[in-house]
Amino acid sequence: MSELDLLYSEVEEDLRATVRGALADRCTPAAVIAMYDGDRSAVPGLWKTVAVELGLAGLLVPEAAGGAGASAREAAVVLEELGRAVAPVPFLTSAVIATTAVAGTGAALLGELAAGERVAALAVPLTTGPDAPLPALDLTADGRITGAVTSVAGALEADVLLVPAGGGLYAVPAEHARIAPVVSLDMSRQLADVAFDGAAGELVVADAEPAVRAGLRAGAALLASEQVGLARWCLAETVAYLKVRRQFGRVVGGFQAIKHRLADLAIAVDNGVAAARHAAAALAADDPDVPVATAVAASFCGELAVTAAEEAIQLHGGIGMTWEHPAHLYLKRAKADQLALGAPGSHRARLAELVGLPG
Amino acid sequence: MGEVDPGVDLAAVVERFLAEHDPATTDRLEFLRARYDAGLAWVWFPEGHGGLGLPAARQSEVDAAFAAAGAPDNAPRRNVIGLGMAAPTILAFGTEEQKRRFLRPLWTGEEIWCQLFSEPGAGSDLANLATRAVRDGDEWIVNGQKVWTSSAHNARFAILVARTDPDKPKHAGLTYFVCDMTDPGVDVRPLRQITGEAEFNEVFLTDVRIPDAYRIGEVGQGWRVATATLNNERVAIGGRAAPRESGMIGKVVEAWRSLPEKRTPELHDRLLRLWVEAEVARLTGIRLRQKLAQGQPGPEGAATKVTFARINQQLSALELELRGEDGLRYSDWTMVRPEQVDMTGRDHGYRYLRAKGNSIEGGTSEVLRNIVAERVLGLPPEPRVDKDVPWKELQR
Repeated sequence: MSELDLLYSEVEEDLRATVRGALADRCTPAAVIAMYDGDRSAVPGLWKTVAVELGLAGLLVPEAAGGAGASAREAAVVLEELGRAVAPVPFLTSAVIATTAVAGTGAALLGELAAGERVAALAVPLTTGPDAPLPALDLTADGRITGAVTSVAGALEADVLLVPAGGGLYAVPAEHARIAPVVSLDMSRQLADVAFDGAAGELVVADAEPAVRAGLRAGAALLASEQVGLARWCLAETVAYLKVRRQFGRVVGGFQAIKHRLADLAIAVDNGVAAARHAAAALAADDPDVPVATAVAASFCGELAVTAAEEAIQLHGGIGMTWEHPAHLYLKRAKADQLALGAPGSHRARLAELVGLPG
Repeated sequence: MGEVDPGVDLAAVVERFLAEHDPATTDRLEFLRARYDAGLAWVWFPEGHGGLGLPAARQSEVDAAFAAAGAPDNAPRRNVIGLGMAAPTILAFGTEEQKRRFLRPLWTGEEIWCQLFSEPGAGSDLANLATRAVRDGDEWIVNGQKVWTSSAHNARFAILVARTDPDKPKHAGLTYFVCDMTDPGVDVRPLRQITGEAEFNEVFLTDVRIPDAYRIGEVGQGWRVATATLNNERVAIGGRAAPRESGMIGKVVEAWRSLPEKRTPELHDRLLRLWVEAEVARLTGIRLRQKLAQGQPGPEGAATKVTFARINQQLSALELELRGEDGLRYSDWTMVRPEQVDMTGRDHGYRYLRAKGNSIEGGTSEVLRNIVAERVLGLPPEPRVDKDVPWKELQR
């Protein structure tokens, strides 16, 4: 097994610069904060920019199917930047998880997702890890779906839901479902409770389980990169602030107690980059190590982002507790991300099986 | 001598060498000397000094080819200081004459090296060291006390930093030397440590005479030369490529797998957390090496070492708790002076105690955090009240 490249290529750095530039213009902290007061008006335009103008919706779709034919490595860089801006777009839920779930099909849906013409969401709770039990909805003899799924991420932005029912995976138009927005801890990835009452769907994958698990695995592996992006912002913003904030006649970032906390955070972020890059590179290379790499990255980066956000708030002092300062956006996203796609503890439990360390 | 083709097939070069020097019939030392002379010792060193002027990354091709042929190696673990610190420093700052004299027997292991840096009054604040070197014609007369010197009892030579000008501020008055450990003024005494053994020594220097020809770099340039040495040390400790589950985590998982009756949920949780951290630290080391190979330097070696020290301490502590009653037993407190150090060797008790040194040796974790904070994050430096004061006026 050759060693995976854990650095960023020039192409990846160019992609990062492009995404960062677009987000700086069109995804302001004020717009994201407004979502907590119910104003979601920023989402459609921002998603159009990301999905269509930058063409990122089709990153993981082969060129033959209308996509960009890129790999998980590039998607990971996009997620780092989306995390850095806490961008409220359904990239992870639609362009990564849902797209991976239908990647092996010849369905027209794949091309439509790639083009950014449609947005899909996998109808499972956001907390569902790649190896967790999956919800199964009832399928009647005439192919109608009945049942409910709570806490679905990306459903509010989706026009099609991918629903595991009766062993298959069905595409159900959003208008055939009852989608009730949830007041969520993280309103920048707002959840919804979804219910189906005899909804008609189109069978897209005959055997749902491997497709759904592949989608969730890719989601968990690449969520680590979003978490790295969140953590990087928290570190950089806190360091920048503490270089100018003065108390007791000194720059606060000059106190050794503070320096050591920030050094520890910088070291942890550096470690997180290696873990997330490794998971993305393994996924891109279809390496047999993907399950271990995913469990490691999910466990480590899930906690890293929360630590970084908590440190950012503490080290900003009072200003970090305000509604106006964006630090809380990062804490809320980081905490929600930690619970998403399998909590760190569940990834470690899976790891125990994978590497032969039974309890 | 012509330039070596950068695309040279090193496996083929080794094969030709082996055809002329059969390891089965050649004397070990003769074999190693010939390997050095052929430029196959450290390929990134220049021609004439054991290398071929190739990128360091290509060394693995040479080592693999020699290992496959069952050739003897230079027992690198016996000469860690020599290979990891003295050699790159001599290469960077030494004269041609010094390189010719020292590098070949250093590489072959004929001459072991140690490091005379730390002193009882100069640990983290190394630049405060008080060992004096006074010029006397073509020689320097050295007096002082050094400490934490591993391998001093086996060493033929030492790299030494001494104060040559006490009237200058502490960093400016230092000079770097090679010290002959067989000089009658060198007294090496074992320094017993918490493991019971004496891996380190105290070295007392009394009127030791060092020829000026053994000075490395200019008079007063010692701090710059020593800093280069220490940077090599930190990378050597933290940046090694290692397979998954090697080092301390390897010992703990071995114990875990062989002791099912000792497992508890609490230990299991800690084990898995540390497994993840050890794996991430390993990946970070790989990433650091990839960066260095691309010529992206940085002080990340400091970060790697902080993590390495913490994880080793937590893992070795966990192993003791896992073993329960057995964790209360220690192999042997007898004072010995080991020839080489294996921090994951001996038994669990030794590992637990030895790991305490990981956050002290080669830069304490506290000093390394300052380095990360100041050089990576650009935060204000610690106040340095002694920086511009002549060394002799400092309070000690």
